[in-house]
This record gives sequence, C-alpha cells and structure tokens, in this order.
Amino acid sequence: MEYLYAFLVGGAICIVGQLLLDFAKLTPAHVMSIFVVLGSILDGFDLYDNLIRFAGAGATVPITSFGHSLLHGAMQSAEDHGFIGIAMGIFELTSAGISSAILFSFLVALIFRAKG
Amino acid sequence: MRLVGKQTWVYKNQIYLNSTGTAVGPKEGQGPLGASFDIKYDDLHCGEDSWELAERRLMVESVDSCLQKVNLTNDDIDFFLAGDLLNQNVTTNYTARHHQIPLICMFGACSTSMETLAVGSALVDAGFANRILASTSSHNATAERQFRYPTEYGGQKPDSATFTATGGGTALVSKEKGPIRITSATIGRVMDLGITNPFDMGSAMAPAAADTIIRHFKDLNINQDEYDLIVTGDLSGVGSPILKEMVKEEGYDLGNKYNDCGLMLYHSDQEVFAGGSGCACSAIVTYGHIVKELISGNLNKVFIVATGALLSPTMIQQKETIPTIAHGVVLERVQGGE
Repeated sequence: MEYLYAFLVGGAICIVGQLLLDFAKLTPAHVMSIFVVLGSILDGFDLYDNLIRFAGAGATVPITSFGHSLLHGAMQSAEDHGFIGIAMGIFELTSAGISSAILFSFLVALIFRAKG
Repeated sequence: MRLVGKQTWVYKNQIYLNSTGTAVGPKEGQGPLGASFDIKYDDLHCGEDSWELAERRLMVESVDSCLQKVNLTNDDIDFFLAGDLLNQNVTTNYTARHHQIPLICMFGACSTSMETLAVGSALVDAGFANRILASTSSHNATAERQFRYPTEYGGQKPDSATFTATGGGTALVSKEKGPIRITSATIGRVMDLGITNPFDMGSAMAPAAADTIIRHFKDLNINQDEYDLIVTGDLSGVGSPILKEMVKEEGYDLGNKYNDCGLMLYHSDQEVFAGGSGCACSAIVTYGHIVKELISGNLNKVFIVATGALLSPTMIQQKETIPTIAHGVVLERVQGGE
C-alpha cells in the first residue's frame, strides 16, 4: 500500500508540473521555483510532514520537499539561535543537497563529454 | 533598372552559381539527403572541443570544399558575405579570420543563406566584385544554448518546436559561366503577427514567407507555374500548411510544387519535432541537394525562400513578440548544361 501511495502522490505532483509547462506555458525554471515555494508553504501549515508520512518517497523525491526542508531548517535553527538562525538553518539543512549536486556534476563532467 | 516592382531584383548580367560546399553533422548525414553533402561528421563535436568550435569548423570546411571543386584559392575571392546565429556572428568572424577574404558580415537569422546569396549576386552584377562567397552555418547545440536552454538542462520541448540543423553551406557566385544561373531575388519585409512562443517559430515565420512569395509573384507578374519547385527554409510541419493557406488566399495555389527544407532534411523517425531549422537548414538543402537536382536536370527553375525568425531571448523575456523575415532567390538550370 505504501508503494501505491508513493506512486500516486509523486505522480500527482508531476502532473501538476506537466500541466504548468503545457497549459500555463511556464518555463521549467518557473515550475521548479513554484514547487519549492509550494513545498515550504505547505510545510508552514504543517501539511507536508503529514504528506511524507502518508506517501514516503512520493513526497520526498519531488522538488517540493526541498522547500519543505528549507523551512524546516530555518524554523529549527530559529528556535535555537533566534532571528539569525533562520539564515543559518536554511544553509545547514540544505547544504548537503546542494554540495552533492555540485560535486557529482563536477565528477560526471570530468568523465563524460556533453552529447548535445 | 534592376529593381522590378516593389522589392524584387532582376540581375542584368548573367550571374552564375559556380560551386557549392556543404559540411554537416550526424543527423543531417543520416537523413534522406545525406548522399548530397560533401563532408559528413558522425559526431556533433566534429573533432573539436566545444560546440562553437565545431560550428566554425563546419563553416570553414564548407568554404574550403566549395573552392576546391573549382580549383580556386582564398585569394581568388573578392568578398565573403556570411552570417550565422550566434551573438556577434562569431562563427562568421572567426571563419573570415581564417580565410582572410574581405568580409561583409550579415545577420538575417535563418534567412541568411538567401540574404547573402541575393546581395552577393547584386554586388557581382553591379561590378563591385568579380567573385563572392555566400556562406552560413548553424549548430544544434550552440543554437539550443543561445536561444532556448542548454541541452544538459533537460527542459521539455513541445511538438511544435523545431530542431536546429548542424552544418555549414557555402556558394560561389561570379559572371564566369557555370551550370546554374541566379536570375532574380526578392528581399523580404519584417512581419510580426504576434507570436511570442520560441517553440513555435514555424507559425511565426509563415506570414513572412507568404509575403515574400506573393510579392515576388506580383513584382514579376508571374505565378507558381513559373517554377518546378518553391521551397521555404524552415517553416516545418507546423508553419508549412499555414503558408500554403496564406498564399492561397491571395489566389496562388502552390499545390505539390511546394516543399520545406526543414521537412526534406530529416526522416520522419529522426526525432526532430516539427522539422529542421537554422541557417544551415536552407543552406545545405539548397547547396547540397537542390543544386545537384538542377545540374542533373531533374529541376529547371526553383524559387528558394529562406525564412528567419529574428528572435532575441532578451526581447522575449521583455514580453516582445518575434519579428520574422524571408528572402527569396531564383536559381535556374543553364540549358545545355556545362
């Protein structure tokens, strides 16, 4: 059952993205930003954590979960360090994702040539 | 008077297309016209380190191949009229640095092939030059990066998008007798019917092509029966039907005399969306395939209308629409052949 929910929820998020691309004529970058913001807004109402409990990877894999992590990091650190913690938290919780993206793309670029 | 009607030039002297050269990338080489190209690369890099260098190599080799066929060298050419799609026309500028032929750099987006050929023929006709080269190029990966997204970004494309052809095409024009004559040309107006989608350039360019074709017929007081073939540069599967409809409204039925270079260049299973586009599209189809058909006698008189979307990503981001243009040149087989 867990797999089915993951499939359905992840798929539903992707459908929203595809509709935004095809009918709202948004660029891929716009869709990505909207999803990040959407994820953090949902987390602000404490909804995204529930969605993750329900759908697992169906909710953590799409980019919306990045917005959710951003907000989580910010709030967590704000509790410990006050106002300045907002900025610190954002970097702390998301730096792993961003640095790994940079590192792996660097390694791939060393080995492979662009295909065009 | 060489200006006939509103915007058509009829060359007074006998102007000849003496030689052509083409160099193409992998998909073009594997396409239905593959056998008509001079140099074919199996790899999009064309043996170079970057896409821009690959495109430059294609243009340089199309020039070399064009000259080689008639045993001429760079020194025998008076002017090099060329353009491409990249900012500052870099491919053209670096190719001209290599060949050291005086350069007249031009930009007409994908209409550059016929723009350079028309203006070059006019220079020869008027005596400003004895021999000129008209050249253009495009490369799929450089164009994607400049006008859409870098391929690595992985952005999706709709079916109305076109696929920029990879290649370089060059033509030699002079008054020395050759197998093909360049008789007239029609210079286009910039048309803009309000299309803003850079993934649907066929629809954007169709009005420009229609306007140039109709103008050409009216200026010379002829119709489609004058030609064996009328081709547009890169209207693709989306723009071609629109063009035929627009021309028909003015009373000219192109029927099956019409084709589009972007549709001729690839097999339908080659995953090129709506069809080929780019400066090279009309250039390599004309200088490779159509020229051979004229020489062999399969075609006698053709009107080639190269269509260009004057697209600037900066202006699109400012919500501007896409202006388009089309230039047409008439090529005729010299009776009796060479």
